[in-house]
Amino acid sequence: MLEVRGLSVRYGDALAVEGLDLSVADDEVVCVLGPSGSGKTTLLRAIAGLEPIAAGAVLRDGVDLADVSPHRRGLGFMFQEHALFPHRDVIGNVAFGLRMHRLPKDQVTARAHEVLALVGLDGFERRSVRELSGGERQRVALARALAPEPRLLMLDEPLGALDRALRDDLARELRHLFERLGVAVLLVTHDHDEAFALGDRVAVVHAGRIEQIGTPADVWRRPATEFVARFLGWNVTDSLGAGRAAVRPDALRIVANDTLAGTLTSTWEGTVLERAFHRDHFLVRVALSGGNETLDVAIHDAEPPTIGDTVRLAVDADGLVPLLD
Amino acid sequence: MRRVAFWAIPVAFLGFFFVYPVVTIIGRGLWPGGHLDLSPVGGVITDPSLRGILWFTVWQAAVSTVLTLLVALPAAFVIARLQFRGRALVRALMTVPFVLPTVVVASSFRALGFGPSTTAILLAHVFFNVAVVVRTVGGLWSHLDPRQEDAARVLGATRLRVFTSITLPALRPAILAAASIVYLFCFTSFGVILILGGPSRATLETEIFRQATQLNLETAAALSIAQLLATVAMLVVAGRLQGRSDVAMDLQPVTDTARAVRGRGDRGLLIGVLVSAAALLGTPIAVLVVRSFDTAHGFGFDFYRALSTLRADSVLFVPPVEAIGNSLLYATAATVIALLVGGPAAFAVARSRRGGALDVGLALPLGVSAVMVGFGFLIAFDPPVDLRSSWVLVPIAHALVAIPFVVRIAVPVIRAIDPRLREAAAVLGASPRTIWREVDLPVAARGLMVGAGFAFAISLGEFGATAFIARPDRPTLPVVIFRLLGQPGAQNFGAAMAASTILVALTVAAMLGIERLRAGELGAF
Amino acid sequence: MSARRLLSLVVVVCLGLGVFATSASAREPVTITLMTHDSFNVSKSVLRAFTRSTGIKVRVLRAGDAGQALNQAILTKDHPLADVLYGIDNTFLSRGLANGIFEPYRSAALDTVPAVYDLDARHRVTPIDRSYVCVNDDTRWFSDHNIARPTTLEGLARPEYRGLLVVENPATSSTGLPFLLATVAEFGDTAPGEGGWRDYWAQLRANDVLVVDGWEQAWYEHFTAGAKDGDRPLVVSYASSPPATVNKAGTSARAGTLLESCFEQVEFAGVLRGTEHRRGARKLIDFMLSKPFQEDVPEQMYVFPVRDGAVVPPAFAKFAQVPDDPLTLSADLIDENRERWIREWTEIVLR
Repeated sequence: MLEVRGLSVRYGDALAVEGLDLSVADDEVVCVLGPSGSGKTTLLRAIAGLEPIAAGAVLRDGVDLADVSPHRRGLGFMFQEHALFPHRDVIGNVAFGLRMHRLPKDQVTARAHEVLALVGLDGFERRSVRELSGGERQRVALARALAPEPRLLMLDEPLGALDRALRDDLARELRHLFERLGVAVLLVTHDHDEAFALGDRVAVVHAGRIEQIGTPADVWRRPATEFVARFLGWNVTDSLGAGRAAVRPDALRIVANDTLAGTLTSTWEGTVLERAFHRDHFLVRVALSGGNETLDVAIHDAEPPTIGDTVRLAVDADGLVPLLD
Repeated sequence: MRRVAFWAIPVAFLGFFFVYPVVTIIGRGLWPGGHLDLSPVGGVITDPSLRGILWFTVWQAAVSTVLTLLVALPAAFVIARLQFRGRALVRALMTVPFVLPTVVVASSFRALGFGPSTTAILLAHVFFNVAVVVRTVGGLWSHLDPRQEDAARVLGATRLRVFTSITLPALRPAILAAASIVYLFCFTSFGVILILGGPSRATLETEIFRQATQLNLETAAALSIAQLLATVAMLVVAGRLQGRSDVAMDLQPVTDTARAVRGRGDRGLLIGVLVSAAALLGTPIAVLVVRSFDTAHGFGFDFYRALSTLRADSVLFVPPVEAIGNSLLYATAATVIALLVGGPAAFAVARSRRGGALDVGLALPLGVSAVMVGFGFLIAFDPPVDLRSSWVLVPIAHALVAIPFVVRIAVPVIRAIDPRLREAAAVLGASPRTIWREVDLPVAARGLMVGAGFAFAISLGEFGATAFIARPDRPTLPVVIFRLLGQPGAQNFGAAMAASTILVALTVAAMLGIERLRAGELGAF
Repeated sequence: MSARRLLSLVVVVCLGLGVFATSASAREPVTITLMTHDSFNVSKSVLRAFTRSTGIKVRVLRAGDAGQALNQAILTKDHPLADVLYGIDNTFLSRGLANGIFEPYRSAALDTVPAVYDLDARHRVTPIDRSYVCVNDDTRWFSDHNIARPTTLEGLARPEYRGLLVVENPATSSTGLPFLLATVAEFGDTAPGEGGWRDYWAQLRANDVLVVDGWEQAWYEHFTAGAKDGDRPLVVSYASSPPATVNKAGTSARAGTLLESCFEQVEFAGVLRGTEHRRGARKLIDFMLSKPFQEDVPEQMYVFPVRDGAVVPPAFAKFAQVPDDPLTLSADLIDENRERWIREWTEIVLR
């Protein structure tokens, strides 16, 4: 469906996207995950034709889009903060793309109603977009992007400004919608949960490049680079005897001194620097003795140590991943 | 293609209807016998009386500007930030003086007992220009995020400190813009100086008028050149100042920032502003209305009835009532022209890097003064470029004066159009032309309509240019009023007051129309 | 409003305006327009008699004071607003002639006018009336205050008349200019310090002379015998002004004239070049020299007829004194120096 080859986009003197390769298959949902400033939005804009590209190519079904202006690319794009037309009501927004494609009037109306129903906004047709809640605006934006039935839908932080509970609900709805419509989706977000929940594949980007791409399980279990590991909340350390490695906080355990003789091959001693409560676990930061490294340890069941305690850490082997870079 | 059209229309209009007449004036002044003769300009520069005129022009404008700011800033705050009943009405009424004809205001000041004096000039200037500051500064003020001020308060700043260190810097661009506009208006003030200044107070503008009407074209041209240079310099400096302080700001919809009146301070300020506004802005208008009904035998409509007849000894050529129709017709035509030229110009200014030059160019007729525009028309559109007998010249002159307002009002609205709206439209399949029609134009329309309302009101009240070019058989209301006021007798004065009252009513109606548009939309995105 | 609706509105408005414009340019053939100054007046009966005998209707276009009317005629000479201009006087005559706004016409009735008033040998303009710009005084005020009435221009600069005189600005008033010319004629155009008009005006300024923009303001707002609560008993007006202050019994006039201060003004009428109604325009000139019109002007405009044998009303004859030897300057001399004198006067008196 979509293929991006060696794409570079220049912003002033800097490259916002640098030699990026990416493809999205029909029916596939690809999530681009990265912190702000990593070039995610620029990538989408370049694909849509809104940003001139410095090098590389964007291909749709094998056809280079270089000379195709944005309004002829036939892509769906849901902008961050939605960019709804303030001078049009809900149905005016949703019908816009249909009108641009010169559909007959009755079809425009029928399709717009249909899409609004799809996103759960029946009866909102004549409402002003200015009086909608954040969630409703998000749905209107989605309906507007979906209405012309694009084969590729791009979403820029679709759940960005919403509160937690709403995000979870909408993420689930989006997942169902994507499955139902069978549309190719390219979604960018800074939120892991969103990316892993929605994507068939997840691409982690950093400084305009893809650091790692794979299925959610793959990326989550085996971060390939230090950046990915840290971005996902893993510890990166040289002190655990596996060379430079990433270790998941919940793969680290605090063990009592007297279990030392048992199953564990090796343990490390350290001092508790901080501890914080995280909904269903405590996160404890431990400074390893004899070095200046710290490790974050997730404690789910046991009573967490207090600050200043000396503790002994053990590591589960399946939570320890050697890093490639 | 579109870009070119945006530029071509205003540039062609400006070139033909402004640059050409001005060049004609200058040519007439400096090339009287077909060869360059700089002696009139030299004479003007070395003339001590011109230096006196220039000095008076400069300082009265400066004092007027400062006084206007002092009066208007509290009013801007009250209207932008406090919720009270009739707020929209108060804002509309405060704008009315700005578009009132100078002849009416100046004579109502005289009816209030002001003789020719500098005080009367300064007061009248404040009266006229309060609206500029309230609109410009109040507009920005109501969009400033009040949470910044709250944050500063929580951080321990006193109210005064918050004002001087948070609010004032944020308002700086608007205050500078308003001050420079007010200064320019006072610098080129005409009717007020002419009527309230008496023979011994002259500004460049009135002196140009006096010299031109005495057919001293050389002197008038020399003075005009001085005025032109001063105006361009001021516009450039003002543009620089504003450009430098043009920072991105956290702007909020109007409805969010106005708050309920609370505490004694607010209430005192509100009452103070309303009372002083009523006194300063209301009294002259009230006097005018009262006198329009105050006939020799009690209150009645005699003066209004008199407007429909033409007395044998009248200084008018047609019954005054015809002027109402003329004024409305001219105002409609001027509004259409101002939109057709100012609309594209606003897009060119907002969207182009060189737009600033066009902005200055379009503001020139305003700065150079309506008097010069009218006079330029008078001598430039004689044969072979023969437009003099065409009634269209009047609305064109009005449009020249009104276009800067249309542009200034529309440009921020156009600039505020989120570029993502256009991108969203493009991705949805809209071509650049369609985007313009479907997104830019509808979103900018509100700003253009507000500008159109101003253009209408400005045309209704315009006098300086009209005085030169309106044919006696098709006078406008301000011309009729001025002519009636120039004649002795209670009947003439009463008829002038009645015509003025009608003009005020028309102007108020136009302003209320603008207010309706604004209340519904601007600031909401 | 949608763009399309806006556009259609624009089109409709433009079409409407176009129709309006074309319908407005139609003209009535038997009406001729007389352009003049604001003080022009004629009795209805006199004008009606003219229309009855000639079939010509006259529309009066008052275009400001005499100077403004003339300037407007000059500025609109390619599209004349009128057929006849009346009200150009000897202080501006050369300007009108130099700008070529008139076409020659010698009325047969000119034979009834003394040659001294006929200032254009080519007859582009025809003398209609004369007047004398003089200082008027409020005689009652002076007797009430036990002050002797001034008799000469020079006397006005004396301390006892301090703060009593109001004059019109010669730059803006067709009354003020002749008075300035009167002082030039009286004291001479000599350098400052040599006792010429410049020194005289400096003395007047020191004596607190009040300058206003126009005659109406001076007479109706400041002159004690003309305004409700005037503050100046001396005003620059006309030898023909005292009849306006005659009491009900018709026995005395409150205002008097300083005959020594009078400057002679002759008013002319001329056919405007480009008129489409030449015959009618000429007939109007003839009519203005006819006895009915000539005898009407004293009461209507407070000016003297130029026609020999025209009878003036009794009050006029009694209270409007004609100076024997008015001050005069040649039209050429005036034309050569007018702007410079006005500028210098402004410098001396106003700045």
